[in-house]
Amino acid sequence: MRFVAGFFRFWWDFIVGDDWRIAAGVVLVLAIGGVLVADGDLSHALVAALTGVGLMAVAMASIVSAALRARR
Amino acid sequence: MTGHAVGVIAATLLASGVEFVEALTIVLAMGTTRGWRSTWFGVGAALVALAAITAVAGYALERWLPEALLQLVVGTLLLIFGLQWLRKAILRAAGLKALHDEEETYREEVAAAERAGDERRLGLDWFAFVVSFKGVFLEGLEIVFIVITFGVNGGSIPLAVIGAALGGVVVLGAGLALHRPLARVPENTIKFAVGLLLSTFGTFWSVEGLGWFGPGDSSLHWPGGDAAILVLLALWATLAWAAVRLLSVQPREREAA
Repeated sequence: MRFVAGFFRFWWDFIVGDDWRIAAGVVLVLAIGGVLVADGDLSHALVAALTGVGLMAVAMASIVSAALRARR
Repeated sequence: MTGHAVGVIAATLLASGVEFVEALTIVLAMGTTRGWRSTWFGVGAALVALAAITAVAGYALERWLPEALLQLVVGTLLLIFGLQWLRKAILRAAGLKALHDEEETYREEVAAAERAGDERRLGLDWFAFVVSFKGVFLEGLEIVFIVITFGVNGGSIPLAVIGAALGGVVVLGAGLALHRPLARVPENTIKFAVGLLLSTFGTFWSVEGLGWFGPGDSSLHWPGGDAAILVLLALWATLAWAAVRLLSVQPREREAA
């Protein structure tokens, strides 16, 4: 059991790192992008551009919130 | 050589260079304090484990996943990974997070090595073996991840391997020549550049992989095709630069903190 917990903790630390909100935000934005692609109403180029903007917004929100926490 | 190929080599060279610097610090601390024999065994065992993981993971990814799903999975992982690097590099550049200090890490590793007992297993100094194995394995795993991701997604594993190998040769050559940790490497600047490259390629590939949700499972296309990579890089760089400018702690504020 300890081995399994250690195994998952290792991969969590390796991939997600110390701010899980980045990972959650990226997955959420891509999931929305996936729904838009499956829906088929918007052109692929527009979905790509919108998803790219969403990913950059997630990154900036994480960085600004980390900066605000560090200043406190 | 295309811009794409240069990007793959540059990203793997820089990313692996940073990881090699960190692994070198641990190996030097163990080798000089506890002796080189057990340290080299630890390094060798880690390299064998890394080679096995690379072979299995690279083969499995390329063989079993459709192209669009592969782009989505590894692009997402690369993006999350790259954004962690970029976030830390921005916070360090803005003075909100302490810079990584290789000499301090080296001193801590040496102190730990001197405090550790003399347990011997399989004829080896077990502390030196385990610490050097873990150091090389963990830093190496990040290199493997980047090489596989860039290699498989960019369809150029040899280029990714060349980039990583060049990074290793430069860092290990310098380390062997100096016989001390590479404290003068502008680590945060390199991590900043690598974070930008990983975020750029991660965004490009993960979004292309969204085509897996559509009919036909084919990759989604960015406006402008591969040229979108340069636009994404410019956008990430502008956002990162703006974040450092806006969030930078003023010297007076830094003294008060």
